[in-house]
Formats: sequence, structure tokens, C-alpha cells
Amino acid sequence: MSTGNFENWAGEISEIGAIYPFVGAEWLFAIAGVVFWIWWHFKQTKIENQQFNDDVEKYGDKETLSKIVSSEDPENP
Amino acid sequence: MDNELTALGIIFTEYYYWSTVVFMFLIHVGFCMYEVGASRTKNHMHTLMKNTMLIPLVTITFFFFGWWIYFAFPNGPGIIGGLVEAPHATIYSEAMGPHMGAGEFAGWERINGVFWAAFLLFSWTAASIVSGSVIERIRTSAFLILAVAIGSVFWIIDASWGWHADGWMVQLLGYHDAYASGVIHAVAGGFGLGVLIPLGARIGKFSQSGKPHNLNPRNPWLVTIGLFLIYTGFWGFYVACNIPMWDVQAGDGVFFSATNIYLAPTTLSGITFNFLMSLSGGLMAGYIVSKGDPFWTYSSGLAGIIAASAGNDLYHPIQAMLIAAITVPIIYKMHFWVENRFKIDDAVGAVAVHGYAGFIGVVWAGFMLWGYPSSPNPEYATINPLGNFIGAIIMFGLLGFLPGYILATILKKAGMLRVPPEIEITGLDIAYTEQEKRDEQEVIDAERQFVESR
Repeated sequence: MSTGNFENWAGEISEIGAIYPFVGAEWLFAIAGVVFWIWWHFKQTKIENQQFNDDVEKYGDKETLSKIVSSEDPENP
Repeated sequence: MDNELTALGIIFTEYYYWSTVVFMFLIHVGFCMYEVGASRTKNHMHTLMKNTMLIPLVTITFFFFGWWIYFAFPNGPGIIGGLVEAPHATIYSEAMGPHMGAGEFAGWERINGVFWAAFLLFSWTAASIVSGSVIERIRTSAFLILAVAIGSVFWIIDASWGWHADGWMVQLLGYHDAYASGVIHAVAGGFGLGVLIPLGARIGKFSQSGKPHNLNPRNPWLVTIGLFLIYTGFWGFYVACNIPMWDVQAGDGVFFSATNIYLAPTTLSGITFNFLMSLSGGLMAGYIVSKGDPFWTYSSGLAGIIAASAGNDLYHPIQAMLIAAITVPIIYKMHFWVENRFKIDDAVGAVAVHGYAGFIGVVWAGFMLWGYPSSPNPEYATINPLGNFIGAIIMFGLLGFLPGYILATILKKAGMLRVPPEIEITGLDIAYTEQEKRDEQEVIDAERQFVESR
């Protein structure tokens, strides 16, 4: 049993072709790759939005913002 | 691969491109250091991660469709013909993976990965150029969508049109841009400008009356090392733009030479002369025009190379130096004029250094190389000022500015483009820094308990 196209290197090397496992299933790899890519964008956007919403809630009031601005030091920016 | 000479040629080519990729990786180390150095302390982590994450996103999408676009689009499609068959570059091709070669693609399988990677590193560069200009206020999620657009779609369309031996711009316009003044720098600079308009300036960049304020680099040493690394990676970039060994002799006979991307002869020696002389011209002009400002002097070295790159396969080294030295003051003045006039906040001057210098560089090549063959194919138009000027507009405007503006406007309308203003004031790293403080406090508390228990 082999997941690859060949079971030893003894034949004509030039006739082996692709050497990765499951040759012939490239369409499935492609679909899986694209799904992962799109999912990642949605997931990252959701995480970032959640983080910003939490941060605005915690630090976004006028008092906190005024404190942050007044603590900024032009000598040590 | 059935005789030593053929094998040597293929394995040398494989190694040649592989080594350029390693050199070009330094461009991205440099961009990360440079952007972090240019950002304020409260935004360091966000800036770093935004630029870092473009690497995997552009990589996978360039694998999925970017590489195919390069080979499929040289006719437009629809300008001088249809889509070109590119079976070796599709996402589902056997040639897009480890392969012993000598199959249906006539040995291309052996070098497909390294050639793909060389172009991919150009793609990262295009996205990184945009990254610098938008720091400290763009959402990472929005930037990564824009990075995929410029890195895996728009720059590679322009490469297919004007940086391909049979691209329609080469055939009809005589477009010449050997080391990508327009193909990478103008398109990325234009795209960045398109994004900056809907994105808007950072809070504090302009006063109520519109007076611009300097948000100076916070860590000049990171900026310095970053820009030196970008210079270093740029060497690899130049070498990657060449074909290392090609029979350039028309008709009978054989003459092997390095060629540019259009398969026209050049030499590594020649482009090395010109790379260094244009770097020098840019640095010298930048030092004078900025009165020794380190940030602008380093950036001007880069702008100098970019300004000469379109013709650096053919220029005399002193021509390359003078082109760089003349272009740098123009882009420097343009940066501040655009900032004042249109209130554009380009945080690292990327639109000027890459976009304006790239545009002007393409125009320079049209005049300087007027009448030169654009390709070994004698039926293609020769290099000319109008062809390169139209080409520069296509690069900067049509494939750069316009898509950048449209995509960023859509993201803005969806409320996805910019971080909330409260976060911009607190700093984009606020969650990270607060967690860091809590972690530190826990360690201090534990240490205190340890001391008290003794």
C-alpha cells in the first residue's frame, strides 16, 4: 500500500511525475485550501471586531481618553 | 535531466531563483522593522502583526490564483486576444508541487516552485509598500483584504501586461520596465494613494486649521536597519528579475547570456553598476534636499533605485545616478505638496518613494531608451516616450489608484476600514499592553509572596 504514485525509486525516475501523496486529488486540495482561506478572513475579522468593541467599552470613555492624552510626553513619545 | 549539461542548466536555474528568494526575504524583515520604527510605541504590535500577516495571506492566494494570472493574462484578456492556457500554474496542476519533471510541461515542473516564489516575493513587496502608508489607523482585517488584492491580483495583472515577454503592453506600446519601476512600485504606490483617501489621516496629523504635524519615527535605529535590509533584499530582487541563462542569438549560432524579463540580453555586471550608482544618486540628492534628515535620506536611496530601475538593464551608470538624483527632489517636493494640498497622511512616504518615483522612472525610460527594441521579437513596438507614459498611467492609475480607491471605499462604507477613534487614541495595542501589565503584576505578586514566605 502506498499513498504515493510509486513504491520504490527503482523504475524510470522521469516517469514518476508528481511525488506528493494522493496524486489526482488536486481539486479536493484546492477546495480545502480556498475554504480555509475564506474562513480565516471571517474568523480574523470577527476576533478583531470583538477585541475593538471590548476595548472601546473598557477604555473609550472621555475620562480615560483624557487621561491617556494628558499622560503623553513629548520628551518621551 | 538525462545528461549532465541539461541537468546542470536546470539545477543551476533552480538554485539561482531559490537564492534570490532568500535575499528578498530580507526586504520583509526590513519592512517590518521600518514600519515598527516609524510607528508610535502604542501601536508597535499592531503594526508588526499587520505587516507580518500579509505574508501568509498573499502567499496562499498567489498559489491559488496569482501565479495563473501572470501566464493567463498577457493578452488582456480581450485586448489583443483571449486567455492564454497556463496548465502548469493552476491551483490543481501537478506542476504546482514536488515533481520529478520531464512530464507534460517539458521540465518546467522542476523550476516552477522557485520561479513562483520569486514572483511571490515581489507580491509581498507590493503589499508591504501599501502597508507602510496606512499604519496606525487601518483595521488589520481590512488591510489583509487589500493586501490580497494588490499582492495577488492587481500587480500580477500588470506584470502579465507589461512584464511578460509577450505582454500586450510590450507588443503594442513598446513598454519597457526591466526592474519594475512601474510594475511593482508605481502600482503599489498608486494603490496606497487610493486607499489613503477614504482612510483619512491619523488623529493629530493635521490641526483644525489643516496644518500638518510631523509624527516622527519613534525608533530611528529600527528604521535605519530596516531600510538597509530593504536595500539588501533589493539586490536579490534585481537578480530575480533576470533569466540567468538563455540563448539570445537570433538565427544561426548560439550565444548564451543573462536576459531581462523580456528575454532581451543584459548582464548581472551591468545591473550591479546601475543599482549602486542609482542608490548613490538617490542618497546624495536626498541628503541635500532633506537637509540631512535620516528618514528621508534613506528613503531617497530607495527612490533613486526605483527611478532608474525601468531602464537599469541598459543605462550607463552615470545616467542611472543622474536620473536618481534628479527624480528624488521631485518626489520629495511632491510628497509635501500632496500632504498640504489634499491632507493625505502617508505615514512613511511610500506613495512618493514608490509611486511617484516608479511613475517617473517609467517615463524616464521611455525617453532615454527611445528606439531600443522592447523585445527580441522584431515585430513588437520599440521603446518610446508615449508608450511608456501610457504604461505609467496604466500602472499607477488604472491598476493601482483606481482599485485601491474603490476597494477601500467599499470597506469604509461597510464600516470595516478604520479602527474606532477611541482605539486610535488609546493605541492599537491597548489590549496587549494592559494584559502585559497584568502579567507583570502577577509575577511581582508571586515574587513578593516568595520573599515574604522566607
